[in-house]
Amino acid sequence: MTRRQIRGTIAIPVLGALGAFLYWGLSGLPPFGNYHGFYGHMVSILSLPQRHVTNAVTATVFDYRGFDTMGEEFILFAAVTGVVLLLRKSGEDEEGPPEDTVTSDALRLFGLLALAGGVLVGLWLAAYGLVTPGGGFQGGVAIASGFVLLYLTGSYLAFARRTSESALDPLEAVGAAGYVVVGLAALIAGLPFLANLLGPGKPGTLVSGGSLGFINWAVALEVAAANTILYKEFLEQYIVPIARGRKS
Amino acid sequence: MNFLAYGVAGWICIVGLYGAIVSKNLIHLALCLTVIQSSTYVLLLSVGYRHHGTAPIYKGIRLGTNTVDPIVQSLALTDIVISVTVIALILALALDVHKKLGTADPDEVVELQG
Repeated sequence: MTRRQIRGTIAIPVLGALGAFLYWGLSGLPPFGNYHGFYGHMVSILSLPQRHVTNAVTATVFDYRGFDTMGEEFILFAAVTGVVLLLRKSGEDEEGPPEDTVTSDALRLFGLLALAGGVLVGLWLAAYGLVTPGGGFQGGVAIASGFVLLYLTGSYLAFARRTSESALDPLEAVGAAGYVVVGLAALIAGLPFLANLLGPGKPGTLVSGGSLGFINWAVALEVAAANTILYKEFLEQYIVPIARGRKS
Repeated sequence: MNFLAYGVAGWICIVGLYGAIVSKNLIHLALCLTVIQSSTYVLLLSVGYRHHGTAPIYKGIRLGTNTVDPIVQSLALTDIVISVTVIALILALALDVHKKLGTADPDEVVELQG
């Protein structure tokens, strides 16, 4: 038996015990569908009158748990920095990009329309994050995926040119810093960190939530830039060996 | 029926762990980690579910309507974001290991590194 098989055999009783332990723990939870959490209830009835935000989930993310979300945003920032440090190399432009231009006009046209649609949906998700389902995180991811279509239906070169590091890195930093700036602005005005400085606004509109709108857009910018950087770094890992193979 | 959703979460967690233990490839290992983490989404969302509850978005519904819990939903959002970033970092490390040692098998990596 190999080490892996031995490990797998030992794991079965251990995982069985873990399963029994989980069963014991989970069966103590309130029955499915009967949860009456106090905090959830408070947020549900307070987010609209107190913050003028109709989406209670976004109100929780950016306001009631706003400080945690700031930490989360910096986890994203740190992880992207780590990926870039591991994968990005300097001075490897000698190979040039591979010839992978999509020649089908129909596909290119579809790609262009899908890109426009995808980015628009992303902006819409982010813009109305405080009103209807959505928010900066969801919108940012949608915007970033729109840009991947440039590679899928255009060429690697078209994708790489529009997602240059010199543009994306500062955008990501601005997004991350924007969150802190909103927090500090409240501090300078003599309020607690991240307090809603700009008043609650008009519920159900784009100007609801006051400062939360700025936080929302900062997060959208950060997430869109961070995800695009991730896509680009991994795509480069895939593309560069292909380009090298074609040349030699 | 009461326990089904929690049971699914527990099952996903255990299956993911088993996959991680017998994994032959670092990329597969990273995917197993995603599976394990997915169990927390199922658990969070099923804990917060309320019978006949609607989404906690008070646009077009009265305040005080029966809704599902917004806190666990925002926790699931945090969970997903962290999962994505950690997976990206792990995949980058896996690529780096493969480039340096020429293998992506966790057992061989341990042998080569001593």
